[in-house]
Amino acid sequence: MSTWKPGCDHDQLIKRALVLAAIRDFFAEKSVLEVETPLLGITTGTDPQLDFFVTQLDRDAKNKALYLQTSPEFAMKRLLAAGSGSIFQICKAFRNGEIGRLHNPEFTILEWYRVGFDLEQLMQEVAELMFRLSDIFDIALSIEKYSYSEIFNHYTDLDALNFDLDSYRSFAIRRNHTDAERLCGEQHSVWLDFIFSHEVQPFLGKTGMVMIHSYPACQAALAKINDFNPLIAERVELFMNGVELGNGYFELTDPAEQERRFKQELRLREQQNLPKVVIDEKFLASLQAGLPSCAGIAIGLDRLLMVLNADTCLDEVLSFSHTRL
Amino acid sequence: MAVYSTNEFKGGLKVMLDNDPCAIIENEFVKPGKGQAFNRVKIRNLKTGRVIERTFKSGETLESADVADVEMQYLYNDGEYRHFMVPDTFEQYQMDDKAVGDSAKWLKDQDICTVTLWNDAPLAVIPPNFVILTITETDPGVRGDTSGGGGKPAKLETGAVVRVPLFVQTGEAVKVDTRTGEYISRAKE
Repeated sequence: MSTWKPGCDHDQLIKRALVLAAIRDFFAEKSVLEVETPLLGITTGTDPQLDFFVTQLDRDAKNKALYLQTSPEFAMKRLLAAGSGSIFQICKAFRNGEIGRLHNPEFTILEWYRVGFDLEQLMQEVAELMFRLSDIFDIALSIEKYSYSEIFNHYTDLDALNFDLDSYRSFAIRRNHTDAERLCGEQHSVWLDFIFSHEVQPFLGKTGMVMIHSYPACQAALAKINDFNPLIAERVELFMNGVELGNGYFELTDPAEQERRFKQELRLREQQNLPKVVIDEKFLASLQAGLPSCAGIAIGLDRLLMVLNADTCLDEVLSFSHTRL
Repeated sequence: MAVYSTNEFKGGLKVMLDNDPCAIIENEFVKPGKGQAFNRVKIRNLKTGRVIERTFKSGETLESADVADVEMQYLYNDGEYRHFMVPDTFEQYQMDDKAVGDSAKWLKDQDICTVTLWNDAPLAVIPPNFVILTITETDPGVRGDTSGGGGKPAKLETGAVVRVPLFVQTGEAVKVDTRTGEYISRAKE
């Protein structure tokens, strides 16, 4: 057994190096500054869906927990609040328990923030970068844009913004999802997650890349709510070949609203008996000092390499995925 | 009884679902970057053989099923039950037609099969991948035809019907792939 060998071939190593170089060129041309932030933090995200790795320093009398970061977002926003201007980072992120064809517990993120951009401008720039990277793979990329409610309705005939339990439930039964009701209960957001991941996402980006924007407000995460329509959040997701590649926001800058969302997530963590985490007070303090109006996005680089290369499994683009350690 | 969490689900794992023993065929972790994670699981009900798709929230658990695959020799059919024996221990098991199901048409005395036991009771039997069976009935072929084109139905000693080339005759033994039900070759017995 040659289990010491890498999962990706030599061509894939070269493609990755070319992609990294092209990203750095792209942002250098636009004067977006490359930064690094800590992978090891004393706090972590509160999102109940993200499991983290915890460790600690040797001989630490206080036994203080240290977390491998699930995303560089908070640290990068502290830089933005400190006046960094537009920034990007290519780094590792760690998520516990996520192993599968499309998941590796450590993965490479490309994350960037554009001061003064709105979501539309950010989507433009994402498209521009994607065209540039697709050249490396010799593919003529097409990119389409749809709103969440438009695409949701197209595949399901349901209204994503206005929750109607009966119609969601009968849709699930028609499509033979016997577990839907048990799993989703009366929670609009979980219903959306269920239906979107089973009945919409698999069909997205079969012929190119797809950007889905204007998410339902209950799926806002760290996005601003639309100024004119309170049912919509200024969030965008990127898909290709049914695979989610990235998630971006017109960033929430209101510290009170941010704190409220944090506390709501902590309550959910408690309800679900998940490990306790503390709120990143320094991040909140930076919002209070003032995060400039900006838009930002995180893209999973390993997955991007995978879909651009028409592979179907992360192991084919990683040197050593978790199963090869 | 052991309990498995969704992140331990993998192909081949035997679990209890709706009070039936099942085997996991495939487990796909479906997780939006933000939001609820699911495990979409393809599962075979070992009693009925039916394959179903179910979805679990990540972190949900299923009890393990005490299921084992044991090699046994098929002994005989007494009209009501079919009897099998573990060659090493001479331990015998019997199965009714319902449990034997479709496999019945490939079972020949003395052949070694795989019997699935659940709580030490036989649940299903998988015939050998290849069996050699004698043709009991088939139309006489066209003289001189040695090609594989066309073919004709042939009834085998166990009752199975397979398509065989025209040149194969009643009384001859043939090798058949039980997974596809296809004729492979003539066989000398």
